[in-house]
Amino acid sequence: MFDGLSEKFSSLFRNLSGKGKITESNVRQAMEEVRTALLEADVHVQVVQSFCDRVIEQAIGSHVLASLEPGHQMVKIVFDQLVQLIGPADSTLFYVDPPPTVIMMCGLQGSGKTTTCGKLALYLKSKGKNPLLVAADTQRPAAVDQLATLADQVGVPVYREDSGNGPVQICRRSVDFARANGRDVVILDTAGRLHIDEALMAELRQINQVVRPHQILLVVDAMVGQDAVNSARAFNSQLELDGVILTKFDSDTRGGAALSVKEITGKPIKFLGVGEKLAMLEEFHPDRVAQRILGMGDVLTLVEKAQQQFDAQEAEKMQEKISKATFTLDDFLQQMRSFRKMGPMKQLLGLLPGAGSALKDVDLPEEELDRTEAIIQSMTRREKESPDVIDGGRRRRIAAGSGTDVRDVSQLIKGFMTARTVARKLSGMSMSQRMTMMRGMGDGGIPGMTGMGHMGDAAPAKQHRLSPEQKRKLRDKRRRGK
Amino acid sequence: MAFGFLSKVLGQGLEKLRTGLDRTREAFLGSLKSLLRGRTLDPQLMSELRQRLLLADLGVAATDKIMTDLEAARKAGRVASGDDVLEFLKAEMKTYWPVESRELTFAAQGPTVILVAGINGAGKTTSIAKLSWYLKNRNKTVMVAACDTFRAAAVDQLTIWAGRIGVDIVKHQMGSDPAAVAFDACHAAKARGMDVLIVDTAGRLHTQDNLMRELEKIRRVIGKSIPNAPHESLLVLDATIGQNAIRQAVEFKKAVDLTGIFLAKLDGTAKGGIVVAIRHQLGLPVKFIGIGEKPDDIAAFSPDDFVEALFTESPAAG
Repeated sequence: MFDGLSEKFSSLFRNLSGKGKITESNVRQAMEEVRTALLEADVHVQVVQSFCDRVIEQAIGSHVLASLEPGHQMVKIVFDQLVQLIGPADSTLFYVDPPPTVIMMCGLQGSGKTTTCGKLALYLKSKGKNPLLVAADTQRPAAVDQLATLADQVGVPVYREDSGNGPVQICRRSVDFARANGRDVVILDTAGRLHIDEALMAELRQINQVVRPHQILLVVDAMVGQDAVNSARAFNSQLELDGVILTKFDSDTRGGAALSVKEITGKPIKFLGVGEKLAMLEEFHPDRVAQRILGMGDVLTLVEKAQQQFDAQEAEKMQEKISKATFTLDDFLQQMRSFRKMGPMKQLLGLLPGAGSALKDVDLPEEELDRTEAIIQSMTRREKESPDVIDGGRRRRIAAGSGTDVRDVSQLIKGFMTARTVARKLSGMSMSQRMTMMRGMGDGGIPGMTGMGHMGDAAPAKQHRLSPEQKRKLRDKRRRGK
Repeated sequence: MAFGFLSKVLGQGLEKLRTGLDRTREAFLGSLKSLLRGRTLDPQLMSELRQRLLLADLGVAATDKIMTDLEAARKAGRVASGDDVLEFLKAEMKTYWPVESRELTFAAQGPTVILVAGINGAGKTTSIAKLSWYLKNRNKTVMVAACDTFRAAAVDQLTIWAGRIGVDIVKHQMGSDPAAVAFDACHAAKARGMDVLIVDTAGRLHTQDNLMRELEKIRRVIGKSIPNAPHESLLVLDATIGQNAIRQAVEFKKAVDLTGIFLAKLDGTAKGGIVVAIRHQLGLPVKFIGIGEKPDDIAAFSPDDFVEALFTESPAAG
């Protein structure tokens, strides 16, 4: 049972809104549940206390008691306080002149430092920087090889010394190396260590003294529990951190402890690691994370992702093709690919409001998408452009070529033809008509994606031409509606 | 800090461990005693104990249950003072962990297969090194299988450990099918007459369905190669982990039918209290604890010491 904080909050405030008016005791009672929810989300005990106190104080002091929509007001107060708790946003890294800027990464074992170094290097590269990765983890077996592999994948050089030198010397010499080789940002990957390990903490302090990194970032696993605060506090008191990177944020953890780190140390969260792929490092936006916690979805992130992947002109061309029904299977494939480039389906849909809880047990069929791609790729150009020509024999060939069933091929073609018709109709309709039409198709899912098979089953009934009489009626209806 | 576990378990091995940590342990036990000694079990102490449990990551549900039981015992007059509390809690915890369930299961014949899984960074590879060392010192012949073919240099990491400890390793290229590595390892273990085969797997988040299915497949392949294998499926949990560990345990149990937990990184200030909730909800026992970076930093789990450590205050917690 996945009882995310967002679900907790939504059920909580649904109840609250149902009551019409809330009283002081309502607020306190609601906050009891918020308190439990926060504790279950691993928010640090002390932070929970102060957070709840602040919210209660604000709720009682403000006009929430007399307001008409107390539930909404409470959500807003909790939301604002939450944003304040985990914010403010500050994903900026500053750069020194003359270069190189030295960034030191540190953290506990297994928090994800090395992977994050790779991600950060890629991020900096995309910002036009020339990073250098430095393998200063001489502790863990093969850590240097791991960083070298990642550096290779990202396409940035790695500085390593394999002659058993200590991390302090390696870090010092790496900066000279960067200067001599025109690398403007140096990322030091230090070994994971426990904050109570005196010897290893002393080593970090020494690197700090000798190399004087311009920024020190603490890497924290988003799944940590209450102890996160202890370790962050220890790192901060010995190194004066500049910020925090939260990793493994793509799991279903609620990340409360990691978020408490900001409250306890006062250091901003700069980035989130959200996947195993190296591109999956996001700037931290407190309002979005708070929204996600409260179940308001993360539409902004989705829009941004879409903007990164979709060319606006391309999209316009697509729209035109759709309205003229010259949309081919090739176009469809192209769209599907750019959509998938944005990330796994589940992750994307999870960003939509309300989708998070609806999707909790759904397995989104990435495999089915793969199959769809394979089928389309097994078609000739002519078949892709006019699927009408695909007869039984061609279907068998396509099925054999893509390793699928003839039934899969038929379903795809049928679905595509229906979708194309529907899309053309939709493009000439008002919003309310679209809604009615979509409803008529049943729960077809995402148009043009895997649900197409089902759409094909339900839609043909809607495909009849309208008689002039019917058209006139519809027009009248539309006018009256306005 | 759970260092207290060790005293009984490791006995003479204790002096190997760093003296600095020994001192911390004394400090912890001292602080626990000072919290409880000479005090009556009043609402104030109850609330402090509750806070300790929450800080140890037991979670709200488990904490509430323990506090309810304690309250009931107090009302029944069985617990009156702070000094009684520890004994009560130890007894209560023992009901969570029956002794027999913590032993490793060995195959009656042929190699015993231990499948090791967990999320990224939990400490699987290091824990496997420790487990290999532990079993080797108990006169078992051990082979490890490098089925983490995904993470950069993971195979190298395990190879280095295998070399240091002196156990056999079966490995393929990076990026190859982990199930195929498992298959080869099973057959190699049989052919070479190994006592134990430990299978390392890539770290995976329990939310990644495709990777969880890959894990199921590895388990299936092992089961087909050696009857009744794997005899143990251990989930490696980082002691610092929070409430999300329950979700992890549920999902991994679904995929590979876990038999126990290896609680790693207990040498920090984290207490790993979440295993109480996991034991309670899923019946999964903790079999081993990891308490350092060296291969011999492993110990069998002791509920008594665990409880003591739960209530000790971390020096950094201030």
